[in-house]
Amino acid sequence: MRDHDDQAPGIPRRAAGELEAAALAVLQASGSALTPGEVLDRLGGGLAYTTVVTILSRLHAKGVLTRLRSGRAYSYAPVADEPGLAARRMRGVLDAEADRETVLARFVSELSPEDEHLLRRVLADPDSGS
Amino acid sequence: MDVFVWLPLVISAIAALAARPLADRLPPRTATWLLAASAVVLAGASCGVLGLLALAAAMRIPFVDAAAGMSIRAVNSRDPASVPLGILAGALLAAAAIAAVRAAWLRTTALVAAHQHSRRLPMASLLTSAAEAVVVQDDGVDAYTVPGWPSRIVVTSGMLAALAPDERAVLLAHERAHAGSYHYLFTAVARLAAAANPLLSPLATAIGYSVERWADERAAAAAGSRPLVARAIAKAALAATVAPALRAQSAVLLGALPRPSTARGPGLVPRRVAALLGPPPKLRIVPLVLAVALVAIAGLSAFDAARDLHAMIELAQSAA
Repeated sequence: MRDHDDQAPGIPRRAAGELEAAALAVLQASGSALTPGEVLDRLGGGLAYTTVVTILSRLHAKGVLTRLRSGRAYSYAPVADEPGLAARRMRGVLDAEADRETVLARFVSELSPEDEHLLRRVLADPDSGS
Repeated sequence: MDVFVWLPLVISAIAALAARPLADRLPPRTATWLLAASAVVLAGASCGVLGLLALAAAMRIPFVDAAAGMSIRAVNSRDPASVPLGILAGALLAAAAIAAVRAAWLRTTALVAAHQHSRRLPMASLLTSAAEAVVVQDDGVDAYTVPGWPSRIVVTSGMLAALAPDERAVLLAHERAHAGSYHYLFTAVARLAAAANPLLSPLATAIGYSVERWADERAAAAAGSRPLVARAIAKAALAATVAPALRAQSAVLLGALPRPSTARGPGLVPRRVAALLGPPPKLRIVPLVLAVALVAIAGLSAFDAARDLHAMIELAQSAA
């Protein structure tokens, strides 16, 4: 999942974070999926339509929202998966600490290309291990 | 204080070189306990002798002598320790203390944050026994244990999809071994020791490996087959390369995090797989006894140096 934060034009980071939280709150409060226009109405406050579209698509890229086609626009709804959100938030916190590898005990760590090669050989022929 | 005051530091350097061979040759549980205990003793001993050197240098300052009621002539005549060395030792000790406190603080806050978030994960048992494991919807392949009371095991749907049923059981047994045996304490203690004495970082790395091996062997005992665990690990790692966990994904895609290189030989996962495909590790008494003896010597040297300094202070005080 690509993080678009650095590529979105025009919105300073901190303001964007607050707007994202506000947009998410609006969507969670409403019972159904909303289009950017509907979110804009509920957010008010002189925001531009394009800003709202950017925020919603960013939240979607982060995996926090799902979207469906609704006429010409998309409509957005919060991802139903609470555990997924909680896990994502946790990983986000730990990543900020830059110490995730040592706090969590992961089943497998990342592989270098050489390691990958080694493992494929091992899987193909278990006796060739080491 | 004599030349033996340097022993803890020298032995720390030896331990750094011996850490990985020991982790490879000894059974994982033995290796973990040995390395963790060694790290604690060596960190304590090396910080101790640094403190002693600094103290010995401080004793050459007339002001200190007067305040402590010691005769400076008695001090100068007996103690060969030099002042510049003592100042260096004091500076190193201060740096070590700061590093250790900082490491402990960072680790604690990260743990607390992880625990608070993990409490919001629903408790769901994947198997009939109480597992405290949670499945999250994520195509990325990842599984990990969040340490705490209680620990939480998190597995992505992507990981489950990548493994066969018997391999999933292996995964859970491995994570439960982490959760149940407080493996986290060993790695945390080792990292703290390494913060206080950077010479000990290879021990912390080696413990990270032996703790994984420990969980692997426990999983193998539960599953009844070591090759099965090897296959499960290999499959999971290869699947994760294709569909990496969230953080790895964005970081690698942004080019911020290069894939690990094998500059120092095969990484953790191939070593674990190879170890499981090889014969079960046997307890080798000689390396174990040697290691324990060296660490004991380091501890005793520090203790001896402290006693020497204490005797010298008493002597100087009585001569004043």
